[in-house]
Amino acid sequence: MTTTEPTPDTSETAPDPAADQVEARVASRARAISRMWDQGAYLRMSEAEARAFEDAGGSGEDTMILNMGPQHPSTHGVLRLMVELQGETVLRTKPVIGYLHTGMEKTGEDLTYLQGPTNTTRMDYASPLFNELVFSLATEKLLGIEVPERATWIRMLMCELNRVSSHLLFMATNGMDLGAVSMMLYGWREREEVLRFFEKVTGLRMNHNYIRPGGVAADLPDGWRDDVLRLLDMIPPRLDEYDVLLTGQPIWRNRLQGVGVITSDEALALGTTGPLLRSTGYAWDLRRDEPYLAYDQVDFDVIVGTYGDCFDRYAIRLHEIRESLRIVAQILEAMPTGDYRVQDKKVTPPPRARIDESMEALIHHFKIFTEGFKVPEGEVYAAVESPRGELGCYIVSDGSAQPMRMHIRGPSFVNLQTLPHLMQGGLIADAVANISSVDPILGEVDR
Amino acid sequence: MADDAPVDETDDARETEHEETETPQPEQLHGAAVTRPRGETVLHPSREQYLDLVRTLVDEGYLQCVDLTAADYLGHPGRADLPEGTEPERFEIVVGLINHFERQRVRIRVQVPADDPTIDSLFELHPGTEALEREVSDMFGITFDGHPDPSRILMPETWEGHPLRRDYDQGRIPVQFKGAPAQR
Repeated sequence: MTTTEPTPDTSETAPDPAADQVEARVASRARAISRMWDQGAYLRMSEAEARAFEDAGGSGEDTMILNMGPQHPSTHGVLRLMVELQGETVLRTKPVIGYLHTGMEKTGEDLTYLQGPTNTTRMDYASPLFNELVFSLATEKLLGIEVPERATWIRMLMCELNRVSSHLLFMATNGMDLGAVSMMLYGWREREEVLRFFEKVTGLRMNHNYIRPGGVAADLPDGWRDDVLRLLDMIPPRLDEYDVLLTGQPIWRNRLQGVGVITSDEALALGTTGPLLRSTGYAWDLRRDEPYLAYDQVDFDVIVGTYGDCFDRYAIRLHEIRESLRIVAQILEAMPTGDYRVQDKKVTPPPRARIDESMEALIHHFKIFTEGFKVPEGEVYAAVESPRGELGCYIVSDGSAQPMRMHIRGPSFVNLQTLPHLMQGGLIADAVANISSVDPILGEVDR
Repeated sequence: MADDAPVDETDDARETEHEETETPQPEQLHGAAVTRPRGETVLHPSREQYLDLVRTLVDEGYLQCVDLTAADYLGHPGRADLPEGTEPERFEIVVGLINHFERQRVRIRVQVPADDPTIDSLFELHPGTEALEREVSDMFGITFDGHPDPSRILMPETWEGHPLRRDYDQGRIPVQFKGAPAQR
């Protein structure tokens, strides 16, 4: 890790200035919280209350409450916003969610640890591999097993490519939301190339169930290196085209610059992570700050913004694609040989060929797929940096083959709380830009 | 606030904690017992200590609350990983805090009894817990004192019951076969 720019607060100087820094940050954060209180960007009303409020003539200053969504092309799924408007200006907002709630955490309690990734992968469907990864990391922490080196690097390769595909999807939808419809097609086109590689490796374009407790489901196929090299050759010039099409374009800049501004203190107080937090200039990236997998052995930069506006969030994601490709290039060089899953008979199913020869292998195969493996009692939290921020998994095990409680800390769910603050005081036309720049995936919001 | 917990006791506990063995004296931090399973730091305050503990931690630099959730331990009452002096209850609130300055995390586990499922809200200290606390009260039926909008978040407003409780009936939809009658 050779990132030179320090986190705004983690200077390695004498303890005294550091303590001052903590104190200053605590104070400015407290001020930000009281400011947010005063502004009251959050509309806290139930539907019935909103209707009564409307019937009573609103707040008396010519306001109205408007529903956006849940079926709206730019709400990225089924998000509904109750927006209080004065003319075209947004006063207060309430995100209404739950339309995609299918009780996946409850379902997770009935699946064995081996089946778990099939469930979690469907939460954030734009970056499924991260969901599988975080579930697997938590399970492995409970089991106390260490996965082979090659499995770790395969996981890194797949996750970075998934970050690329997820951010390309953002590029596409962000362009579409702001009226750059050709951008939508370009983004989908490049994303499809990455998904084609996923299909080759995992068999599926989405919902892969590829990363599992103990390693990955299968080794990389023959010719994977050429495929990745092709992606590395193809995507960067296309990103340069995006720069020509969007980044320097005056209309694009006018739509995004200075729209939806948030400060570091507000973002910290609201629990925000990921590009949304980094856009405020706060360098916090779990890959660098709490390295998991083998991220301490690759070289990359943490991209931060300055103004915390929609343009910064767009630019950060565009640059993160480049950084991810840089990591992928290093992974190609460093990919070790060896096993792709742990050789622990109690966790890993035996290879198909062994089942024909060995009674033991048959028994293990049968036990793992009918009963699953038992996981020691305890509770554990694992976190990874997903394209949207900190993705966490909290598992409580009672010693049986199914988790007693499986909770996913979805970054979209928490980040969505910034939306009222981003929208307040802005125009209704900018609401779409703000929703888009938070990049929520509703499957993960509702789970 | 038992802020003045004997300092030397804390040091002793740290020294003996090295081999991750059971220590006779539980380690303390701001009056809350500390356990360190699998290299993570877990604090076990009582419900009364909870809010003050989080406030103290904010002043120490734990500026961000990343996660707040709950677990229902019905049917799994005895837990080996609780420190001495912490009585296991049915519900447990689990809070994750980050200190960005020192790159550290702590997790707080608070026991919440089934006959009085209420706990203080963290909203004033961490406004970002608003949605998370609404989710917990929706899914587990735990009330947060001082929460500005204690309505349901994921389930419909008219829903009855709390789905993530262990005794919540999952229910079945009977499959009705309406195929052609069997040939004779």
